[in-house]
Amino acid sequence: MTDVAVPETTKADWTSPEEPRWCPGCGDYSILTAIQMMMPDMGIKREDTVFVSGIGCAARFPFYMNTYGLHSIHGRSPAIATGLAVARPDLNIFVVGGDGDMLSIGGNHLIHALRRNANITILLFNNQIYGLTKGQYSPTSEVGKITKTSPFGSLDEPFNPVSLALGAETSFVARTHDMDRKHMQSVIRKAHEHKGAGLVEIFQNCNIFNDGAFAAITKKANREDMLIDLVHGEQIRFGVDKARGVLINSSGSAEIVDVTADNQSSLMVHDEHAYDPALAFALSRLSSGPYEPTPVGVFRSVERPEYAEETAKQLAHAQETKGAGDLDSLLHSMPTWTI
Amino acid sequence: MTDTAAPVPEVRQLDTLVVRFAGDSGDGMQLTGDRFTSASASFGNDIATLPEYPAEIRAPQGTLGGVSAFQLQIADHSITTPGDAPNILIAMNPAALKKELNRLEPGGTIIVNEDAFDERNLKKAGYLENPLNDNSLDGYSLFAVPMTTITKEVCKDTGVKPRIAERSKNFFALGLVSWLYNRETKGTIEWIENKFKKLPEVVAANKAAFNAGHAFGETAELWDITYEVRPAKLDPGVYTSVTGNLATAWGMVAAGQLAKLPIFLGSYPITPATDILHEVAKHKNFGARTFQAEDEIAGVGAALGAAYGGSLAFTTTSGPGVALKGETIGLAMILELPLVIVDVQRGGPSTGLPTKTEQSDLMMAMYGRHGESPLPVVAAYTASQCFHAVIEASRIALKYRTPVMLLTDGYLANGSEPWLIPDTATLPDISVDFATEPNAQDSEGNPAFHSYKRDENLARPWAIPGTPGLEHRVGGLEKDVTGEISYDPQNHQDMTDVRAAKVAGIANDIPPTMVSGDIGESDVLVLGWGSTWGSIESGMKRARAEGKKVAHAHLTHINPFPSDLGAILTKAKKIIVPELNMGQLSKLVRAEYLVDAKAVGKVMGQPFTAAEIHDAINAALAGDS
Repeated sequence: MTDVAVPETTKADWTSPEEPRWCPGCGDYSILTAIQMMMPDMGIKREDTVFVSGIGCAARFPFYMNTYGLHSIHGRSPAIATGLAVARPDLNIFVVGGDGDMLSIGGNHLIHALRRNANITILLFNNQIYGLTKGQYSPTSEVGKITKTSPFGSLDEPFNPVSLALGAETSFVARTHDMDRKHMQSVIRKAHEHKGAGLVEIFQNCNIFNDGAFAAITKKANREDMLIDLVHGEQIRFGVDKARGVLINSSGSAEIVDVTADNQSSLMVHDEHAYDPALAFALSRLSSGPYEPTPVGVFRSVERPEYAEETAKQLAHAQETKGAGDLDSLLHSMPTWTI
Repeated sequence: MTDTAAPVPEVRQLDTLVVRFAGDSGDGMQLTGDRFTSASASFGNDIATLPEYPAEIRAPQGTLGGVSAFQLQIADHSITTPGDAPNILIAMNPAALKKELNRLEPGGTIIVNEDAFDERNLKKAGYLENPLNDNSLDGYSLFAVPMTTITKEVCKDTGVKPRIAERSKNFFALGLVSWLYNRETKGTIEWIENKFKKLPEVVAANKAAFNAGHAFGETAELWDITYEVRPAKLDPGVYTSVTGNLATAWGMVAAGQLAKLPIFLGSYPITPATDILHEVAKHKNFGARTFQAEDEIAGVGAALGAAYGGSLAFTTTSGPGVALKGETIGLAMILELPLVIVDVQRGGPSTGLPTKTEQSDLMMAMYGRHGESPLPVVAAYTASQCFHAVIEASRIALKYRTPVMLLTDGYLANGSEPWLIPDTATLPDISVDFATEPNAQDSEGNPAFHSYKRDENLARPWAIPGTPGLEHRVGGLEKDVTGEISYDPQNHQDMTDVRAAKVAGIANDIPPTMVSGDIGESDVLVLGWGSTWGSIESGMKRARAEGKKVAHAHLTHINPFPSDLGAILTKAKKIIVPELNMGQLSKLVRAEYLVDAKAVGKVMGQPFTAAEIHDAINAALAGDS
């Protein structure tokens, strides 16, 4: 919007005076800090940046950013952000929400925002639980989850947010977690720099209602064995001495194998730019929950027409071919008669 | 051929004519009615139309449920309704005759497509005997014309296959009716050529059928009188014919120009509102952004997002959509952002009568949100006036930073009337300023932006993203004047009060109640709102013609009410409130003014007839209501 150069800023400039009201120890704090810290290096201005959210613990996020912010209603933030993005392609728009907000009540808006590919970066804080309503199972909770609304265990098969996003034609899909600031920042930066809609699933610990849900994979001591870091152009390997790897087996699924001299050459080389989402989807199915080795990083990053830009092109084309709108001509555009 | 020319029938003048075209959904009755309307409008008649079609795109052929009708009134003077009883019914099949006959005036004219009255169609319509032969129509002037046969015959030379040719029979009917009422034919021929220009065969068939219908009238010697309705003495100027939905769409484009803002329409297809989205989507050269959302909620959500970004934003829908949008409208209300919600009301509840008119969303527009959330409510009162109603709703939304409910309905949406095209230079400037500077100081004396600090209209600043120095957060949580979240009990009371006061204060900024007649001198006051205006005016004229003392007060603003309404109602001896619901406005004025306003409710999917209003006035005068 403004033409002057991006001024030098610090984390403090991006921090609003509002005191965060999350529970002490919540994973949201580390995500907030990561983002506040990275903003000065993003090459964007505070006044051109908008955080949009729905309802939930994560949805309080905009209040803590010293940017423009819109805390809306449960589930609707992808739709609201899409309208804003279409009307104002000059803005940097981030959407923040939890798994309940985005995948339950807002599931419909999420998939449609993703398929349309307007320029919004969606940060999905996945803690596999409803926090603000004090601990009910969410659409990402594991089957059998014991909560107040499921005292005998939940029956619902959870969503895999990455699989869902790939199925919804998302042009940028990534996953990270709240225990690794650098990784978060790297993935979120890529999501922002991507033209079009991006979805970043962030594993986030709710220390009150679902403490340690991701500890088996995100705890420092476990990461090497349990997180499969996807690096574009490199073989997908992980574990001590990169002794394990991923290949596509004869039935077309991704499979974790111990790397041997025989199979080493057939290991998958990660191509985040592959337009066909089949391999990205296969990777998303490697893990059925945060207790198995789980891929993190960018699953898919492809170019696709950006919605707001395409809208603007149609407007420009109409103005070129029909001339700028003239109200008098419009009102006389149907058959007229004179009395 | 003999050289004896057919006798030229006498031309008799009519001051008004009500025509009803009825046929199967696939018979092209809406097109036929539309075309007859246009021919009459360009001739200079005043017109009012009432298209009525089934909810199904193609209901079972030949059945009563599949009957599609189009009624229009044309007159040599100013009229306000599509007429009560048709003078002439054109029935393309037995079902149309059966379904529509009871509307026809006693002794009225019926023209039927005789070819359609075969055993199968008669049975589908539920006729045991062919009504064309059993004398049951003796009280009417019946003309049975083999429209299909003649149409197929004349289309032989065009090379069109008989099955295709048959579809042109509506143009035969149009040609015949055009002859009977002395409508000029050139415009219709040109229209056919233009409308079907990509299908030369269809052009040929339709023209042949239209000409054949016209020629049939001339040569069949069935009529010794034809009729003419002279041009009406309307205000001089350039006219065009608009439906309410077209006028609404153009009103949005105009409002954007008058506000000097880009417009954004977020919407989801729903009958009978969809045509507005269709129309606005055409006008991208005005910078109009249209967004067909995944659902009603996303339609209003996207519009709200655009409003937050500085667009003049609209969402269009009907009752079921308003129900879904309620939570987002409530958010817009507490955010205090401009937004116009257009509700093209239809029969409810639930899916109800989706293609029929009703005014039963008034209470939902007023109160259909959780919490204390008053919103301005504006109602359009004629099809063409929808144009100005959108501009007015936009003006209020922008000036007071509030969502505004604009109520139209199926009758206004689909009905058309001639419209004296306004001089755009006379349209109001509705532009407002965005906030660009801090408006307060923080505790340390530094410049600060208080996002809920109010102006003289109690409106808060509209500071859009991209404005340096005014970065702030807004949301659905209660906040204080600074914009910070506040759970303070007194603050919530104060904010609730001020939001209500803001809306109430708009009463000083809207036109007075529309009044016709002298209220103090009248024995009964008819109070109406929105689309009933035409029916009430028409019914009242009849009562006045009988020497009855009646006045009409009409509302285009329902929240807040115009500031003179209380005095008007207090002055009235008796008040009746005809509305296409079961008494919603009457409840509102009773609650607000403690007056004995009697509801005259109707929910039959159709507007009031003038006769119904006339009867209601008489009943009130007789003390029956």
